[in-house]
Amino acid sequence: MADFPDHSGALAALVGQSSGPIELSPDPVNTAMIRHWVEAMGDTNPVYTDHDAAVAAGYPGIVAPATMLQAWIMRGLKHTLDLEAARAAGNAPKGDANSQMMALFDEEGRTSVVATNCDQEYFRPLVLGDRLLVKSSIESISDPKQTGLGHGRFATSLMEFFAVPNDAVTKDLTNEQLAERGALVGTMRFRILKFRPGTGAVAPKAKPPRPRPAITQDNAFYFEGTLAGELRIQRCTDCGALRHPPLPACGKCASLNWDYVVSEGRGELLSMVVNHFPQVPAFDYPLPIGLIALDEGTRIVANLAGEPGDWTIGDRVVAEIVRFDDELALPVFHHETKEA
Amino acid sequence: MTAKHTFAGKVAIAGIGATEFSKESGRSELRLAVEAVKAALDDAGIAPGEVQGTCTYGADTNPDIDIARSLGFDDLTFFSRIYYGGGAAAGTIQQAALAVSAGVADVVVCYRAFNERSGNRFGAGVQGRAPVANAEMAHFASYTPVGLVTPAQWVAMAAARYMHVSGATSEDFGRVAVADRKHAATNPKAWFYEQPITLEDHQNSRWIVEPLHLLDCCQETDGAQAIVVTSLERAKDLKNGAVVIEAAVQGAAKGQDMMTSYYRDNLDGLPEMGLVGRQLWETSGLTAHDIDMAVLYDHFTPYVLMQLEELGFCGKGEAKDFVKDGRIELGGALPINTHGGQLGEAYLHGMNGIAEGVRQIRGTSYNQVTGAEKVLVTAGTGVPTSGLILGKDH
Repeated sequence: MADFPDHSGALAALVGQSSGPIELSPDPVNTAMIRHWVEAMGDTNPVYTDHDAAVAAGYPGIVAPATMLQAWIMRGLKHTLDLEAARAAGNAPKGDANSQMMALFDEEGRTSVVATNCDQEYFRPLVLGDRLLVKSSIESISDPKQTGLGHGRFATSLMEFFAVPNDAVTKDLTNEQLAERGALVGTMRFRILKFRPGTGAVAPKAKPPRPRPAITQDNAFYFEGTLAGELRIQRCTDCGALRHPPLPACGKCASLNWDYVVSEGRGELLSMVVNHFPQVPAFDYPLPIGLIALDEGTRIVANLAGEPGDWTIGDRVVAEIVRFDDELALPVFHHETKEA
Repeated sequence: MTAKHTFAGKVAIAGIGATEFSKESGRSELRLAVEAVKAALDDAGIAPGEVQGTCTYGADTNPDIDIARSLGFDDLTFFSRIYYGGGAAAGTIQQAALAVSAGVADVVVCYRAFNERSGNRFGAGVQGRAPVANAEMAHFASYTPVGLVTPAQWVAMAAARYMHVSGATSEDFGRVAVADRKHAATNPKAWFYEQPITLEDHQNSRWIVEPLHLLDCCQETDGAQAIVVTSLERAKDLKNGAVVIEAAVQGAAKGQDMMTSYYRDNLDGLPEMGLVGRQLWETSGLTAHDIDMAVLYDHFTPYVLMQLEELGFCGKGEAKDFVKDGRIELGGALPINTHGGQLGEAYLHGMNGIAEGVRQIRGTSYNQVTGAEKVLVTAGTGVPTSGLILGKDH
């Protein structure tokens, strides 16, 4: 891994600083935005839409859902697109504490970001006509931590929301002056993790394919057979003896002439093991494997279906040809049922 | 096959040498081989320039000519390799004995060296091997696609059938591990020196592949062992005297396969070891009763029980009783693997077991069997294999 600088000192100096200028909500609290919100949320509480119901509930009139707090100061897609265009043109806003913090994180190699949590506090309900202002600052920056996602720092932004009556907003007053006159109606703490990509816990990988068999001119027919759904047993065409694993000649009569028969796939479990260690990633463990005496007279090593505890030496078995991928199919043995 | 082999009793082991046995040697396999060969020649009191022949395993990565250049050998007139993994062990001694008795080479060094723990670990099996289109790899085509990829797994298939037929239990296998570790505990050269185990430890160790627990499986080792073979006549006059090669044989039985001889009529034995045993008795003129101790290849415990039966130390299916009551421990009727075996001392593909046989005859084992005069040593099981009977020079 590359060596990255440690900006702990510079980052500590940013804590408590303003993230940027105080911003004013584009619109006052209004019924149209509330109605869209509650419809989207499926919230049918009448205090958000019906004046009489709100009064009956003890409010001065219609109130906004408390969780809309941040929605009032959001500025829509155009603002975001304009900002992205400015960044692309090299005119990104610089200098505020938030931008500095993000730049320092990037220099530390923490170029990935994820929002981790958001906590809101509400001090009074927002009513129609409230105009919101938001003041943002950096509340805390953590020491570097190893997290599941990667090596990173947590940063918490504090947003303080102030409300003034809409008619108090004039061109004569700055946002700062308005905020001073307003009432603190809520806060929001938004925490992010900025981390180095690729330094987290390794995500579980997709299971690799099973190890490939080494295929020669002597044994290819067997693996071609399983791919075709057949369990083939080599047969000497001179003396008729069956043999497995494949060999180029007959151990009984030394003939080099052979073909194969297709096994019924039935037999008896002669021996079995249950693999625990080492674990090859292509398989699930514990892994039961059996040595099967096929009814035709040859023997074969194969996987046993089900749990290891299901099996006892001497069990009757039947093969199912399982295709593991485009190149490999193998018999897997199940218990032979009585009706089979 | 009943005739006495012409070399039997006329060729001897004159020197043994080994590196330390570790989990990470920190040195090249070739250097380990060179160190062991040098130590064995020093033990024999033979100069490197007198070596005329070499023999190692097909699995060894260290060319004999590199060892020859490293130690300044003169001309080599015999160089040979035996395949089939640990089955080669005693076979290398047979090769040397044949060469010496035939007059092809006066001094032959046999060796095995590897970083089998810190480097290429055999216990991992063939899972990573490319499926090259040749018969050696096509052999595994019946096993790797179903997940039967390691030596322990291949042995377990035979062991499960053996248990089914003979009634032997996991505890019976465990008695082999307990005996080996008991012996290793008093052998300062053993990796598991001063670390004996109980049968309970064996039963509580985790499954590797049922029916085998972890403590049924030998360890993995970095190290090297070398053995120097020359004529009995010459060895008598050397520094440490002669350990007589009474018999040295190989065996690959009818229907033999590499680790997976699942297609012979009976699955509950090791016919190749039966073949080795019959030859050992016939060519040496000895019987199982003449053997004072045995080094039985123990990469996995079940095959030790089967070897006791195949070699005639007990009847078929009786090994489960034979191994009880300390009979295979020092002081018992047939102490085995007094160095600790491959479970306890080191996994050197059986070569360290030959060295222990030599020490027993010399009377220099850390776990000396009093008055040991005839020792039997076997090589890798489940594969084409080999065996030795070593005797005292009188």
